[in-house]
Amino acid sequence: MEQWQPSASLSHLRLRAQVLSQIRQFFIERQVLEVETPILSQHTVTDLHIDSFKTLYHQGQQQRNYYLQTSPEYAMKRLLAAGSGPIFQISKAFRNSEEGSRHNPEFTLLEWYRPGFNHFDLMNEMDELLQTVANTLPAERLTYQEVFQHTLHLDPYNSTLAQLHLYAQQQSLNIPYLENKDALLQLLLTHCIEPQLGHERPLFLYHFPTSQAALAKINQTSVPAVAERFEVYIRGIELANGFHELTDPTEQFNRFETDQRLRHQQGKTTIDIDMRLIQALQQGLPPCAGVALGLDRWLMLIANTNRVDEVLSFAWERA
Amino acid sequence: MTTYNTNEFRAGLKITIDGDPYAIVENEFVKPGKGQAFNRVKLRNLKNSRILERTFKSGESLPEADIIEVEMQYLYNDGEFWHFMVPHTFEQHAINKIAIGEAKKWLKEQDVCAVTLWNNEPLTVDPPNFVVLKIVETDPGVRGDTAAGGSKAAKLETGAVVRVPLFLNEGDCIKVDTRTGEYLSRAKG
Repeated sequence: MEQWQPSASLSHLRLRAQVLSQIRQFFIERQVLEVETPILSQHTVTDLHIDSFKTLYHQGQQQRNYYLQTSPEYAMKRLLAAGSGPIFQISKAFRNSEEGSRHNPEFTLLEWYRPGFNHFDLMNEMDELLQTVANTLPAERLTYQEVFQHTLHLDPYNSTLAQLHLYAQQQSLNIPYLENKDALLQLLLTHCIEPQLGHERPLFLYHFPTSQAALAKINQTSVPAVAERFEVYIRGIELANGFHELTDPTEQFNRFETDQRLRHQQGKTTIDIDMRLIQALQQGLPPCAGVALGLDRWLMLIANTNRVDEVLSFAWERA
Repeated sequence: MTTYNTNEFRAGLKITIDGDPYAIVENEFVKPGKGQAFNRVKLRNLKNSRILERTFKSGESLPEADIIEVEMQYLYNDGEFWHFMVPHTFEQHAINKIAIGEAKKWLKEQDVCAVTLWNNEPLTVDPPNFVVLKIVETDPGVRGDTAAGGSKAAKLETGAVVRVPLFLNEGDCIKVDTRTGEYLSRAKG
């Protein structure tokens, strides 16, 4: 096919338009406000495994760094702290060096936040959205621990790094030696578990190890302590990631500092902490739950294709 | 030495792993939303054609495999090696049974083949796509049966056995597609 032509068929582009309008209808009915936040901003995420695109703003003799957002999360939390109430956004997000059959460096996220919800409430609403737009069956829910026990007969909390590597070896996985237990657990999840998840009905995987909390609240009273985070899987594909949001500014600041330390250890560029977000949390982020869904992947699943470029007007190589 | 980063991985790229040359068959970028990125790669060992699956941390680099394809003329077989020559340099290469592989059953002296070299060592031989060879052994031809319907085995001068139409006889020459091993047409010898 010629390079000037779209990557997606016209029917997939029509499908996108239809899904976008159904999503908006879904949130309008629930009085969730649609918002727009900047795509270019002066701060970006400190995550060890997310690389931002960076550009320069010229202001006379001065130059300032701006980053393409990797998700609208920080800006939306600042709106929540300002008293916006429930909000949703459909926006472009960008992640450097992430290209593959299910990754386009520029992609579309549907992200929404619900003050007063915890992660269970938000999973219920996500389930309704999936059923309404994609006609899926009611979702199944399993904890991170259960899914490892059911599919691999391993306990993710009690197994040692050596036991997990031994398991990978027994499965002839041929993977690099990983010193970090979370990295190895994630690899076992992507290689051995994910392909089996969410085939008959969507699967909500929830309660992650606290070391994989990201921006989720941690429940210290459960045994073991868990991060109140969930992921959604449909037909073996990770579709969404949600949190009962961390609202404590001090803990948030500490997690950012930990990210910075890890980036430094791995020789990656240091990213300044977004103090505007910290200030918003200090002002008071209402207790809330939020989730981001990869819209292109969802379209790919609805359209029953295997490659994300088949639902993008012009995928990375043709953009 | 040239190295390739996992970001540059694509089907067909040739890299060295543990001292052996490999061609990438499939490359899948795997990255959990909140985790480390990996490349899950399916590779073919170019020495023995075995398929290997391996996961690399994204960002890792691997050395290129020094692989070139050279046109060479087949000279003769001494019972152990198949001898080839690069026409314009007269440089000769002795190719062993493993590297010659299936190509041997199509080779007639003077034929020009594509020989794949790894660090100047022959890895594989691709015969010409089409060859004209003489039938040396087959059941007698059925006269008048030139239409479709029925075929028989015929042994060719190079040792290959192909299915041919019933009307052909020993001594006839035929054109064969070496990629499929199928008879194409009758040919002049």
